[in-house]
Amino acid sequence: MGILSVRNVNKRFGGLKALDDVNLEVEAGTVHAIIGPNGAGKSTLLNCFVGRLEPDSGSVTFDGMSLLGIKPHEINQAGVSRVFQTPEIFGDLTLIENVMIPAFAARDGAFTLNAWGLVTTHGEIRARALAMLTDVGLADQAERPAGQLSRGDKRRLELAICLVQNPKLLLLDEPTAGMARADTNNAIELMKRIAGRGVTMVVIEHDMHVVFSLAEKITVLAQGAVIAEDKPEKIKGNHRVQEAYLGGAQL
Amino acid sequence: MDAILLQILNGLDKGGAYALIALGLTITFGTLGVVNFAHGALFMLGAFCAVSVKALLSLEQVTEDATQLTAWGTPLEVRVPYVESWFGDFGTVLLDYSVPVSILVAIPVMLLIGVVMERGLIRFFYKRPHADQILVTFGLAIVLQEIVKGAFGANPIPQPAPDVAKGMIDFGVAVGMDAGNVVYPMWRLVYFLFSVAVIAGVFAFLQFTTFGMVVRAGMADRETVGLLGIDVDRRFTIVFGIAAMVAGLAGLMYTPILSPDYHMGMDFLVLSFVVVVVGGMGSLPGAVAAGFLLGILQSFASMNEVKSILPGIDQIIIYLIAVIILLVRPRGLMGRKGVMEH
Amino acid sequence: MRTLTLSRNDLILLAGYTLVVLGGPIIMAPLGAGYPDLLQKFVIFGIFAVGFNILFGLTGYLSFGHAAFLGIGSYTAVWSFKLLTMNPLPAIVLATLLGGLFAAVIGYICLRRTGIYFSILTLAFAQMSYNLAYSVLTPITNGETGLQLVQSDPRILDAAAGRDYGAVLPSSDLFGIPMNGYPGFYFCGVVSIVCFYLAIRIFRSPFGLMLRAIKSNQNRLNYTGLNTQPYALAAFVVSGMYAGLAGGLLAVVDPLAGAERMQWTASGEVVLMTILGGAGTLLGPVIGAGVIKYFENIFSAFNEGILMAAFDFLPEPIQHLMVNVTSLFVGEGWHLTLGALFMVIVIFLPGGLMEGFNRLSALVAGIVRGRRDGASARGA
Ligand SMILES: Nc1ncnc2c1ncn2[C@@H]1O[C@H](COP(=O)(O)OP(=O)(O)OP(=O)(O)O)[C@@H](O)[C@H]1O
Ligand SMILES: [Mg+2]
Repeated sequence: MGILSVRNVNKRFGGLKALDDVNLEVEAGTVHAIIGPNGAGKSTLLNCFVGRLEPDSGSVTFDGMSLLGIKPHEINQAGVSRVFQTPEIFGDLTLIENVMIPAFAARDGAFTLNAWGLVTTHGEIRARALAMLTDVGLADQAERPAGQLSRGDKRRLELAICLVQNPKLLLLDEPTAGMARADTNNAIELMKRIAGRGVTMVVIEHDMHVVFSLAEKITVLAQGAVIAEDKPEKIKGNHRVQEAYLGGAQL
Repeated sequence: MDAILLQILNGLDKGGAYALIALGLTITFGTLGVVNFAHGALFMLGAFCAVSVKALLSLEQVTEDATQLTAWGTPLEVRVPYVESWFGDFGTVLLDYSVPVSILVAIPVMLLIGVVMERGLIRFFYKRPHADQILVTFGLAIVLQEIVKGAFGANPIPQPAPDVAKGMIDFGVAVGMDAGNVVYPMWRLVYFLFSVAVIAGVFAFLQFTTFGMVVRAGMADRETVGLLGIDVDRRFTIVFGIAAMVAGLAGLMYTPILSPDYHMGMDFLVLSFVVVVVGGMGSLPGAVAAGFLLGILQSFASMNEVKSILPGIDQIIIYLIAVIILLVRPRGLMGRKGVMEH
Repeated sequence: MRTLTLSRNDLILLAGYTLVVLGGPIIMAPLGAGYPDLLQKFVIFGIFAVGFNILFGLTGYLSFGHAAFLGIGSYTAVWSFKLLTMNPLPAIVLATLLGGLFAAVIGYICLRRTGIYFSILTLAFAQMSYNLAYSVLTPITNGETGLQLVQSDPRILDAAAGRDYGAVLPSSDLFGIPMNGYPGFYFCGVVSIVCFYLAIRIFRSPFGLMLRAIKSNQNRLNYTGLNTQPYALAAFVVSGMYAGLAGGLLAVVDPLAGAERMQWTASGEVVLMTILGGAGTLLGPVIGAGVIKYFENIFSAFNEGILMAAFDFLPEPIQHLMVNVTSLFVGEGWHLTLGALFMVIVIFLPGGLMEGFNRLSALVAGIVRGRRDGASARGA
């Protein structure tokens, strides 16, 4: 059994079956990619992992603990971080503040009434945040308001927000969308480094270059259902996948 | 039994007023996405349309009747309203019916006020946060009511109902009870019927006209309608004008029940917001249902039997219900998901 | 090592604030505001607004019901005078605590919802408090008349200390120093300095950072492992305590309390103070409170006579016209000015006066730099 296991998950939006009896096992310490055409239900599936949506039926367990029926912050405190498809950052705050917040959350828990000590006196938190910003290449902009960043940089910032927490499981929803080629390659390098530290990752991607550079296993979703799950080389040659995904064109 | 009937009747006119204001508020949220704290002021402005019309109609022509003398020996001044001296009996009738007659004036005036308000202020706030919308319209409400206070003074100005509607009707007799048990002021009944008519009118307009269809579509999904290339801006303006008119008429017809003063709008506004929230933000039937429901509940809460068990309940019932509903049914009685929730 | 000192800029801010408060009677004199009643209002409403800003300015939750806590603070303080002692210290401590207690209960319920639903809930609670204070709670609030001291109040602590006020109606005093006039102002002033200092600490603390994060992106904060509800509730309670304290101080300088202090228009006023000065800034709410109380005082004192004198230099018809127009905005019409001010600020200066100052100083700095660059270019 993997670190994340998804059993028979179903989700309907009115008449639309967004998730159709989805089963998924993610092995600890691996990079698992989820691919599929637009509207296949990939983001919906991730939403069921982080408490944004509640599946109609089925179970989602992480590290032996059910992720259903608990609050998003509890899921995160259990070690699950997520990068969203449209960047979710603190636009009014500076980059360094953006990254210090998750660092505080990781150290002090979901709520601490820390109203007396000043932010500036928490040197170790600041140092960690700065190191993280350096890691994603944004250290030089640390004091800028995050809302002013380009879309690609916002993604990198969000990645930093997640990574600074040392999550056990990292969920990435199209982490390289909107990035220039060079940045994409940097992001791939970064993600490889993270994977090297043994962080389990689930990556949704449309960019096959990213998928095949990273993934150890690929799950293909189409119209809410898993149509294939295999090693990357096998997926490349899978006829059903080509059919569903690209209408028959070669991957 | 008759006591219950009486309380229901008593709640109907107030409920009608709540429903009408809430209806306008809901249309404004739903289509324009604007939280309008000046909506109560529109209700008040409508009421003062009636006051103005009455004042104009009662402008008097003063003549001296030399054949009659006052106690001081000066010639008796005879004051005749111009309308009477010009139109004779018709003028008298006109004066008697000044409240309903002022509807004719209020419709264009309120439409105009709504259009000016939307073009001059509200449209700049479509993209601003709700907090900003609340604040700017709150400021506008203060300005409007202070202007009215400057022009008409601070005291309530009674507006008589037409003579025929001044009396009481014995509702009990009509449903086969003893006379004198359920006596109800006629004008309140008129108000209730009027509010039902206006509500029906608004629903019919939304249901059966192309314009109304676009408005409803806009309430369901604003962005898409905008994308369809429909001239949303002009329609928004008209919608706002209509909402203003509905609020104005609601206020105007309410004047014989509650003598208008400059801050009546604020009093009704707070309650109407509560009504909207209880009904479900963005739901028109919800607004109407909640308006009547809360009006009736309020009138039950002011029964002595109820007050002796729960002292003060009449003062807080509406707010209490709002709190309970919001906690138990976050989206109100008939609200949809995701309206005004960020 | 954890140092507990403020940054240099914050120290300057605090020192500046302290100076202005302590020197208030002299500094405000040229503006015609150098008398104790008005100065007391400045600092008391400053406290109210600073506290409100901790909720609204930092978290973005717009409460339309904070006047309820102000009123509760006033009632508590007057009761403390009646039952315990005329010493203001127990009065303000109890007022703060009760303000906080009510805020905890009301906040817990209201914070189940966000956005405009939250605003309406707070409004509903404030209206309930107001209506109840006027009706069934009359034994506690003395209804429309308002709660007042009477000579026969028990004042058990004073009685135990053998203190007898004789036949006169007592007024609040701090160990013999009367709490009206300048001593009252200085008492409130010192309290307000402490409050301002605490606000700075909250702003600069990790807690304050989380509150700002709530305003910026509550979703992200949740998915980042932080439980936003207790943070928002803590902010609500703190601002309720500030409001309770302010209400208590109002009763200290003038020992009576009335329900109108809780009306929702009074809640609107503190919103306006905060916005006018600049929500989310430290100094903004203080400035907003000062400006509004100042103009309220000046404007509402104007009457036709003063206006006629003011426009005396004009030819008579124009003089009358000017008097008629301006008298709409002053005296009784002060609220019109207030409403218009509200609109102007929200429309043109959403960041409040602080944003105005910042823009202005940036402009000036730009011009100065431009001059210097120009000069050096010429020199080169
Ligand atoms: N909250 C929602 N309410 C209704 N329908 C939804 C909701 N969220 C998603 N859907 C629908 O469910 C389907 C799956 O959406 P989802 O966002 O999961 O797709 P996706 O695989 O992530 O696509 P993409 O590659 O474009 O991001 C889509 O048809 C979408 O319109
Ligand atoms: Mg997606």
